[in-house]
Amino acid sequence: MTETTAPLSDAAIRRQMLVEFWFYFRQNRGAVIGLIVFSLLVAIAVLAPVIAPHDPTSQYRDAFLVPPVWQEGGSAEFLLGTDAVGRDMLSRLIFGAQYSLFIGIVVVAIALIGGVIIGLVAGFFQGWVDNVIMRVMDVILAFPSLLLALVLVAVLGPGLTNAMIAIAIVYQPHFARLTRAAVMGEMKREYVTAARVAGAGNLRLMFRTILPNCLGPLIVQATLSFSSAVLDSAALGFLGMGAQPPSPEWGTMLAEAREFILRAWWVVTFPGLTILISVLAINLMGDGLRDALDPKLKRS
Amino acid sequence: MIRFILAKLLYLVPTFLGITIIAFGFVRILPGDPVLLMAGERGVSPERHAELSAQLGYDKSLVLQYFDFLGRLMHGDLGNSLVTKKPVLTEFLALFPATVELGLFAIILATVIGVPVGVLAAIKRGSWFDQISMTTALVGFSMPIFWWGLLLIILFSGILGWTPVSGRISLMFFFPNVTGFMLIDSLLSGQKGAFGSAVSHLILPSVVLATIPLAVIARQTRSAMLEVMGEDYVRTARAKGMPPFRVIGIHALRNAMIPVVTTIGLQIGVLMAGAILTETIFSWPGIGKWMIDSISRRDYPVVQSGLLLIAGLVMLVNLAVDLTYGLINPRIRAT
Repeated sequence: MTETTAPLSDAAIRRQMLVEFWFYFRQNRGAVIGLIVFSLLVAIAVLAPVIAPHDPTSQYRDAFLVPPVWQEGGSAEFLLGTDAVGRDMLSRLIFGAQYSLFIGIVVVAIALIGGVIIGLVAGFFQGWVDNVIMRVMDVILAFPSLLLALVLVAVLGPGLTNAMIAIAIVYQPHFARLTRAAVMGEMKREYVTAARVAGAGNLRLMFRTILPNCLGPLIVQATLSFSSAVLDSAALGFLGMGAQPPSPEWGTMLAEAREFILRAWWVVTFPGLTILISVLAINLMGDGLRDALDPKLKRS
Repeated sequence: MIRFILAKLLYLVPTFLGITIIAFGFVRILPGDPVLLMAGERGVSPERHAELSAQLGYDKSLVLQYFDFLGRLMHGDLGNSLVTKKPVLTEFLALFPATVELGLFAIILATVIGVPVGVLAAIKRGSWFDQISMTTALVGFSMPIFWWGLLLIILFSGILGWTPVSGRISLMFFFPNVTGFMLIDSLLSGQKGAFGSAVSHLILPSVVLATIPLAVIARQTRSAMLEVMGEDYVRTARAKGMPPFRVIGIHALRNAMIPVVTTIGLQIGVLMAGAILTETIFSWPGIGKWMIDSISRRDYPVVQSGLLLIAGLVMLVNLAVDLTYGLINPRIRAT
């Protein structure tokens, strides 16, 4: 008696992979918490105009440095207090979520696309192409990332757009290296030779045949870069080189709050706390993704 | 081993040339006239412009200029600061010990705490200690250190009044700068209380700077230990009745330390980036603050050469890490 299994359709295989991924991801409690917090953050950013009690830039002249509501002198109108020019902290923090998520997405997108293309080319063609590309990446990696980003911003001019470009340039070699290593591993596999023999061109081989099989580590790296981008852009904002006042970017808010640290704890504490919580949530997710996507760690 | 070192050194040459090209090109891509930017003058007459241009060598071709730049570099001439008019190298060497002192203290702190915590977490895998320490490590890893520094200032300087807010030593003390390391100089001076003042100034900045490396080292040590403890030779050592302390101390720890040493070495780049933020918050007169100040003052000769010096330094430290790696892990040398 012979049993034949019906061949699975592409969609079914994909669904199967997702189910398996979720199975491993769910086992990591921290990752699930991270995912929930991150989803909340996305919701806050999207709904910011609806849920923020005040305009993030409007100044209430009669309410400078009002403490949070639970402290003496606080007011229910400003739940987390106001800053030195009478702006509502809570509203600024809510709108700040838009900045951080936007920065993370843009930086990761630029660094990922650039890095993947460069890494693919290096890993696919190897030889001198690979050598030249990788030496250039080594040069970028020789600089401490924040320093290089700072100098790039000095060249391009301070501001949010330039800060994002600078951070993306600094992160891009990590993606290039990772892609190259993965591509080199895949190139030796038989399915690549088979596709080549079947007449697939270089571009098709690179992007359709090889790239989808290298995605695991890239997704993990993208998550980690997302959290670093939020941190580094906040650091640039803090140093006066990122988003410029009065934008409610969390790092920029901290820079403005610095002179009040011993007088008004809330203007310093809350922006930093939101940065920490966001970065922590993304890193928790990253840990879970790594466990779920890294085949070496899976105990089958 | 000598071949290994030579190969590694040779490998660095193109990277270093690349760094010099970036530092050289930096002034070219700045918006504005490079002659005026580097001379720090504005609204000059055409004659003065030509004079400055010739003085700085900007009347030659770009390639020649680059070789001039390299030539000066080889002679240790890194240009002069526009603000202080002093040679950049002199300024760098004067401020460098402050950053080294801070960085060294931070990395020692991170290692002394991070390695034992990682080992203990691995041995007691799944225990409350493991969970708490690894959660704390992840929080530390996610920490915006510029905010962390401010919080510590609020708590320890503002509320408790235990530590000073900024600087390297109290203004009450004045003694000759012998080594540039405040801890050593204050001891040498023999003044009462000077050493204590230097230590109290160093504590908060180094805790802030150590935060991220500490988290990374603890996590790395734990995972390296877990990997090693699953190896056959550890099981064999256990099976033949070796006491657990020796199994962990001799068999596991030694091998687990190989990736950990690399991780510690690689933190130097992280430390340098952290130093920029930490030194800014605590007004610590080191290389990081110097770079930030120079960028905001548009002191481009300093930015250019500072970039070069820092990248060169990071490169050398990475080389040292590579060599150490070869030394403690003979398997690497063969390739």
